[in-house]
Amino acid sequence: MKKYIVFTLMSLVTMALAAPVALAEEAAAAATTGVVDHSSIYSYVALGSGLGIGLAALGTGIGQGIAANGAVEGISRNPGASGKIMTTMIIGLAMIESLAIYALVVVLIMLFVNPYKIFAV
Amino acid sequence: MKEAPLLIHGLTLGSWHVPAFVVYTWLVMGLLIALSLAVRGSLKPIPGGLQNFVELFIGGLRDFTVNTMGPHGLDYFPLIGTAAFFILLSNLIGVIPGFESPTANLNTTAACALVVFTSTHIVGLKHHGFKYIKHFMGPVLWLAPMMFFIEIIGHIARPVSLSLRLFGNIKGEDLVVLILFLLVPWLIPSVMLGLAVFTSVVQTFVFCLLTMLYISGAMEHAH
Repeated sequence: MKKYIVFTLMSLVTMALAAPVALAEEAAAAATTGVVDHSSIYSYVALGSGLGIGLAALGTGIGQGIAANGAVEGISRNPGASGKIMTTMIIGLAMIESLAIYALVVVLIMLFVNPYKIFAV
Repeated sequence: MKEAPLLIHGLTLGSWHVPAFVVYTWLVMGLLIALSLAVRGSLKPIPGGLQNFVELFIGGLRDFTVNTMGPHGLDYFPLIGTAAFFILLSNLIGVIPGFESPTANLNTTAACALVVFTSTHIVGLKHHGFKYIKHFMGPVLWLAPMMFFIEIIGHIARPVSLSLRLFGNIKGEDLVVLILFLLVPWLIPSVMLGLAVFTSVVQTFVFCLLTMLYISGAMEHAH
């Protein structure tokens, strides 16, 4: 089981790292004619954005699921305290959500501010 | 990125170019001041319409402050109440088409977070004097140099996380509604606007709760 997981992850990483190199073939061809093509950086940007926000959503989903689990169990044991338990659950969910929001801010910076344009091949 | 479809893109006062979110901040300020003056002008012992509505918010906020900070937390109630009203109205005004939330910009949220950060330290210094440094020393004296470093980093992370959390949530909601509007006009974005209202209220709540926790943490005795 572990072998399959490791194999899948390694092949994904290899494909991810090789993708911009393959796409840079076209950039190299355009560069020989004197026109500088910076488009290869954007393949890395698109890849990074998708992976970043996807992994953040994964972690947030699991964390908030555990928080909601605790809250629902607490309410089922003691229905009278449901007001306090729900307030605490909402606070906990907002704190966990904020970690995904940090990842979203980094992705927004990558996509819209484009700080890596100057390093483009 | 295309121009956002706003009502006011920005003003030019002489040689100053005032960006859109500052203009909307002025709008929020104007609305809050007008509301306060309207209620203050006609205070009655048995409250009628508008006064009743505002007292609902103030009463709820007051109970929440006393629950979280204890009775001596009411000294800081004006700061928390102002933050709550400003952030709530700023978040909600972005739901209206053509308006932009001032809090959807990192400048506004960073300003709110820095005000909270300086208040925390001023409250700590006012309560403890120079002994406030003991908050940074940790439990045991010989651990002080390392604990000092760690506590400084933790304290700097507070305004960073406060501002980024509020900015990311409100800007993210904005972008989601905008992008869904480009994909499937009129139906799905209306549902997302409901989520935007919920997120606005929850983020105000979390900001005020964290402010209260930081201030009460600065007031209490060191470990």
